[in-house]
Amino acid sequence: MYNYNEFDKAFLDERVEQFSAQVARRIDGSLTEDEFRPLRLMNGLYLQLHAYMLRVAIPYGSLDAAKMRQLAYIAERFDKGYGHFTTRQNIQYNWPKLPDVPAILRALADVGMHAIQTSGNTIRNVTSDHFAGAAADELLDPRPFAELIRQWSTDHPEFQFLPRKFKVAITGSPNDRAVVKAHDIGLRMVEKDGEVGFEVIVGGGLGRTPIVGKVIRDFLPQEDLLPYLESVVSVYNLLGRRDNKYKARIKITVMENGLDTYRELVEQEFIGRRALFNGVDQALLDEIHARFRRPDLAQGRSVEAFDQAYGADPVFRSWADTNLAAHKQGDHAIVTVSIKAHGETPGDASAEQMRVLADLAEEFGYDELRISHEQNVILPHIHKADLPAVHARLAAVGLATANVGLISDIIACPGMDYCALATARSIPIAQQIAERFDELKLEHEVGPLKLKISGCINACGHHHVGHIGILGLDRAGVENYQITLGGDGTETAAIGERTGPGFPADEIVSAVERLVKAYLEHRSSVEETFLETYRRLGMAPFKEALYGEVKERHAA
Amino acid sequence: MSRRFTPKVVTANHLLEGDAVWLTSDNAWTRTMSEAQFLDDEDLANERLAYALTQEADVVSPYLADAQLGENGPEPTHFRETFRTRGPSNYAHGKQVEVA
Repeated sequence: MYNYNEFDKAFLDERVEQFSAQVARRIDGSLTEDEFRPLRLMNGLYLQLHAYMLRVAIPYGSLDAAKMRQLAYIAERFDKGYGHFTTRQNIQYNWPKLPDVPAILRALADVGMHAIQTSGNTIRNVTSDHFAGAAADELLDPRPFAELIRQWSTDHPEFQFLPRKFKVAITGSPNDRAVVKAHDIGLRMVEKDGEVGFEVIVGGGLGRTPIVGKVIRDFLPQEDLLPYLESVVSVYNLLGRRDNKYKARIKITVMENGLDTYRELVEQEFIGRRALFNGVDQALLDEIHARFRRPDLAQGRSVEAFDQAYGADPVFRSWADTNLAAHKQGDHAIVTVSIKAHGETPGDASAEQMRVLADLAEEFGYDELRISHEQNVILPHIHKADLPAVHARLAAVGLATANVGLISDIIACPGMDYCALATARSIPIAQQIAERFDELKLEHEVGPLKLKISGCINACGHHHVGHIGILGLDRAGVENYQITLGGDGTETAAIGERTGPGFPADEIVSAVERLVKAYLEHRSSVEETFLETYRRLGMAPFKEALYGEVKERHAA
Repeated sequence: MSRRFTPKVVTANHLLEGDAVWLTSDNAWTRTMSEAQFLDDEDLANERLAYALTQEADVVSPYLADAQLGENGPEPTHFRETFRTRGPSNYAHGKQVEVA
């Protein structure tokens, strides 16, 4: 966990004061809405369907118990007792009232948190691997670099009015858990001649034009990170289109100009930028490393308690099999706490649940918590002997669902239940699918399956990279759901392919069930995953399951 | 000769609370859509919207939404506007519990 310094604190205090005055001036009429809107968006405050929504940044998804407790306090004091974890590792409050927002930002700043650059055409919250610093497969912890990027991009004077929003993701593992290929810039650590550097991926993105990012630099030395990033963003700032919002993202800039041209421009820019940086960024990085608190992992403790519970308790065993991941130190485990209880809203945690998570982090987890882009909460360092106790405490507050990576571990955007941009609802569809598969008792047999739902073409629910993706649309005044198959958000990234015509709300759950049953029927063995079966057989058997043989020929 | 005008109501979000409100015939903002002024004349609808746009001290981003006349007054015709009259479907929050 990174500890902020005095400079960070003073900066946050100043921003809270500024925004408090801006809110007061909007309320007393000195600011018009046109004047106020960009100011509130700079502070993460949206106006949605039923209320304001405040999007709070959780930089690279890392937080500690004190921060989590403050999030719980805000949920109770200023909202309706819960918060919504998003697909960009942020948390959103769905019901703040405008006069309360300054107090909320004050409460956040008290624990070093904020909502800066969670909106607007700026560099947004940097996302990272939620297993960072704990994963067995990691080359280097990406979080100090993420923090360096956060400090560099916060209030960066050159990049406050980019053509469009700009998202950076970074992973330190060859297994990409941060969807880096679907970001404006993706950074993946790679090793070359014994040195660890970055593969730089550019121009990825979802939304109405989904594109898998392309490698613009196959190996960037660590020390060149900031000057190179600044060169990429600077070229985009000048070259990116401002005439058409839908063509303004860097993915379109790269596509229209060609990757080679874009790369040449960046390399030209890089020469001057690197000289300007003059090592100041490396001094900053050293300071960040020094301020990063790392767990002093327990050594030599017995894991017998884990083995006993695993052998004796089938409920614990099922949870351990799905929700634990390999830690770099063998006697510890990474716990993914599912915020996807069957029938509940994906990513919503109550204040009570947040407090239990904070307690567990403090008592058993070296005071570390992570939020994943899959809308779950991670306890990254739990000694295996403590897992039975952690499981029991989670179960007591409805957080022990054993479904991580399974079909009911659904990513869903808020959709038209909250979002002003949405064209259809996402949440009820997610709830119904999870409940259906819980009733069928099928999901463990089905195995790894990523189902992702977006309530509009902007694709906050990452449907394009879901093994099964669902996109909610408004078709002549009725909610309609299109299905895509074969999407993949990992290092083997792929954009899902549309199956054909969409389904109305009351048919989509059965359609998904037919898809999954077709997979079970066609898989070559129980080891072959849904995605592998799709890749082997293609669309045909799934299309038939969805539309039937005859109808398929007539499908538009 | 001109296309038939689809009746409207003027709606917006409340500045402080952020929730959906509708313009009444006596220039007030109501949280119950059926109390809104039903606008079946295009010129009148535009005139009422023009008025709403001057009410920045109370509301944000007013617009004309399609409506039909029901038993108790104006009703939504599109599901998005229906959701605005009641709130989200995953919790009993918003107007479905707050407005009697």
